[in-house]
Amino acid sequence: MLGLEKKDATLLLIVFGLTMLAPFLLNPFPEGSAMAQFNAGYPDLMQRFVIFGIFAIGFNILFGLTGYLSFGHAAFLGIGSYAAMWMFKLFGMNVIPALALSVVMSGLFAVLIGYVSLRRSGIYFSILTLAFAMMSYALAYSVLATDMDGPDRQGLLQKGLTGGETGLQLTLQDPRILGQKAAEDGNLPVPNIFGLEMRSSAELELGNWVFTFSAGYYFSAVVMLIAFYLSIRIFRSPFGMMLRAIKSNQQRLNYTGLNPKPYTLAAFVISGMYAGLAGGLMASMDPLAGPERMFWTASGEVVLMTILGGAGTLIGPVLGAGAIKYMENILSKINSDILHGWFAFLPDGLEDFVVAIIYPFIGKGWHLTLGLIFMAVVIFLPGGLVEAGQRVARMFRGKKAEDDSKSASTEPAE
Amino acid sequence: MGILEVKDVNKRFGGLQALGDVNLSVQENTVHAIIGPNGAGKSTLLNCLVGKLIPDTGSVLFDGQSVLGRTPHEINQMGISRVFQTPEIFGDLTVMENMMIPCFARRDGAFRLHAIEAVENEAELRDQAEAMLDDVNMLDKRNMHSASMSRGDKRRLEMAMCLVQNPKLLLLDEPTAGMARADTNNTIDLLKEIKEKRDITIAIIEHDMHVVFSLADRITVLAQGTPLVEDTPENIKGHPKVQEAYLGESH
Repeated sequence: MLGLEKKDATLLLIVFGLTMLAPFLLNPFPEGSAMAQFNAGYPDLMQRFVIFGIFAIGFNILFGLTGYLSFGHAAFLGIGSYAAMWMFKLFGMNVIPALALSVVMSGLFAVLIGYVSLRRSGIYFSILTLAFAMMSYALAYSVLATDMDGPDRQGLLQKGLTGGETGLQLTLQDPRILGQKAAEDGNLPVPNIFGLEMRSSAELELGNWVFTFSAGYYFSAVVMLIAFYLSIRIFRSPFGMMLRAIKSNQQRLNYTGLNPKPYTLAAFVISGMYAGLAGGLMASMDPLAGPERMFWTASGEVVLMTILGGAGTLIGPVLGAGAIKYMENILSKINSDILHGWFAFLPDGLEDFVVAIIYPFIGKGWHLTLGLIFMAVVIFLPGGLVEAGQRVARMFRGKKAEDDSKSASTEPAE
Repeated sequence: MGILEVKDVNKRFGGLQALGDVNLSVQENTVHAIIGPNGAGKSTLLNCLVGKLIPDTGSVLFDGQSVLGRTPHEINQMGISRVFQTPEIFGDLTVMENMMIPCFARRDGAFRLHAIEAVENEAELRDQAEAMLDDVNMLDKRNMHSASMSRGDKRRLEMAMCLVQNPKLLLLDEPTAGMARADTNNTIDLLKEIKEKRDITIAIIEHDMHVVFSLADRITVLAQGTPLVEDTPENIKGHPKVQEAYLGESH
C-alpha cells in the first residue's frame, strides 16, 4: 500500500486510526468525574501532540539515523512560526501558503546553519547548533525587534521583524493584500483553510461524555500523517540506509566511494524543514510567534522526546512527544487539593505524609517526574518506549515468536 | 606503464623519514605484494595511495591520473577499493545492507538524494549483492546483524563489499592478520578464486610469508621507508638483501 511494505503500512494505518479517533481515545473519563482531569481530548492539547510529533519525527531523521545530535533545532521551529506569521500579516489568513513559506524559510536557514555546523561532529556539532539557535533567539528577542519604521511612522515594522519579547502578533493594520483585513465583526481574522477556520469545532455529547472535534486538530493531524508517511519512505530508502551507514562507520563509507557530507547536510535540512512545518502549524493554531520558541530549552525538549520514545525508530518520536506533552499539561495541573482528595481515605497523619511525598512531583514539579522517567528509560530501556512495547509484545507472544522478532524487529539506536 | 605508478614519493613525520624515494609500479592484472619488517613504511605507503595521507613530494598515478589531493571517496570512485587491517564494516547494519551500500556507490556515485523509492525495489542491485555474497559463501548470513559475526566473516564481508564494486585495483592491508591457519588458507583460496574469475589488480601488504608466496606475482621489499628489491617470489626467497632486512645485519 502506498509503496510501503506490509509491516510499515500496518503501522501507518494504526497511527491513522489513533489520530483520527483521538478525540474519543483521549477522553476516556466522563465529564465532571474525579478522573476527568486526566482527559487529554481537548483541541489545544491534541494539536500540541501532533505538532510536536512532527517536530520530533523530523528531528529523528537527523538524530535517529545519522547520530548527529543537534541541540538547536528549536531555531527552525521559531523561524517557521515567524514565516507563517508574516504570511498571515502580508497576504492573508490561509494556512497553506503560510506553511509553505515556513518550510521554505526553515529549509534555507537549515542549509546555512547545517553547512557550518556539519564541519564538525560529535559534541562540537551539538555546541555549534546550540550557538546558532541562541543567536537566532537573541536576534529575535532584541536585534530584529527594534523599530524599523522610524519614529514618525507607525507601520508594519514598528516592532521590527519579530516583535521582540511580546512576540509577533496580528494587527488590524496589517495589509493582508489577498485576504480580508479584518473579520466581519471587526475583530482580528482567524487562520483558516479555504474558509474553514482553524479554531472552529463541533461537540458531541454522549451521556456524560463530551467529545470535541476541532478543525485545527484534524488539519494538523493530516499534516502529521503526511509527515509520518514521508519519514517512513525516507527510512526505507537508499538515502535512509546511507544515513544509518554514516552513524555506523564513516570511514568505511568514505572508502566505499560515498561522500558523507552532502548526506548529513540533506538530513539536516530535511529535519529543519520538518521543524519549520511544526512551527508554522503552531502559528496557524494560535497566531502568535515569540522568541521563547527558539530558546535552548525548546531544543532540549525535542531531544528528550526522541530519546524517550526511541531514537531511530519510526513511531518512537511521536510517542515521546505525546508522553512529554501529556505530562506537561496534565501532571502540572494536579495541585495539593486534588491530592488530598485522592488520599482522603487514609488516616489524617498518613494522608498528609503521602501528599507531602508526592507533592514535589506534580504541579510545577512535573519536570522532576519527567527527569526520573527519563533516567529510568535511558538506563533500563535504551530503545525508549518502543523497546518497552516490544518487550511487552514479546512476553505475550511467548518464546517461539521471540526468536523470530529478534531478527525482524527494528533495531533501536543507541 | 603499470596501472599504479608511484614515483619518488617522500613522506616525513617530524624527524622520521617514513618514506624515502619510493618508486613502485604495479602491472595490470597481477598480484603485487609489499612486504617488509615492522616500521618499514608499508601502511604509510598504502595511506598515500588512498588519500588518507598526502606525500611531501613525488607523484602517485592510477590509470594515468594523479590521486594526490583527492579525497578517499573520490579515489574509490576512480576504481580503488581498500580492505583494512581490522575489518571496517557497517556494524549496525545487516550483511545484505552492507553489500547494498557499495552497489549504490558504484551505480549512483558519491551522492544522490534518492529518499523516496525503497531499497527493497532495487532488484538489479540486490541480485548483484546476492551473487557476490554467494561467491564468498555468505548468502545464508544475509539477514544477520553484521557486528555479531566472527572476525573471519567480517573480513570476508569486507572483501565482498570491495569486490562487488568491481574495482580495478584492490588494496589489501594485512588481510590475514590475527587469523587462524585455517582461516588464512580460506582467504588465500578466496583470493585465488577471485583472481581466476575476473580481471583485477591486487596490491597486498602482508607479514605472513606463506600468504605472500602463494599469491604474489611480484614482490617489493620495503625497509626503512625505501624499496630494497622488486622481483618474482622465487628470486625474492633467496635474496641476501631480503634476509638481511628481515633478520638484521648482525645475523
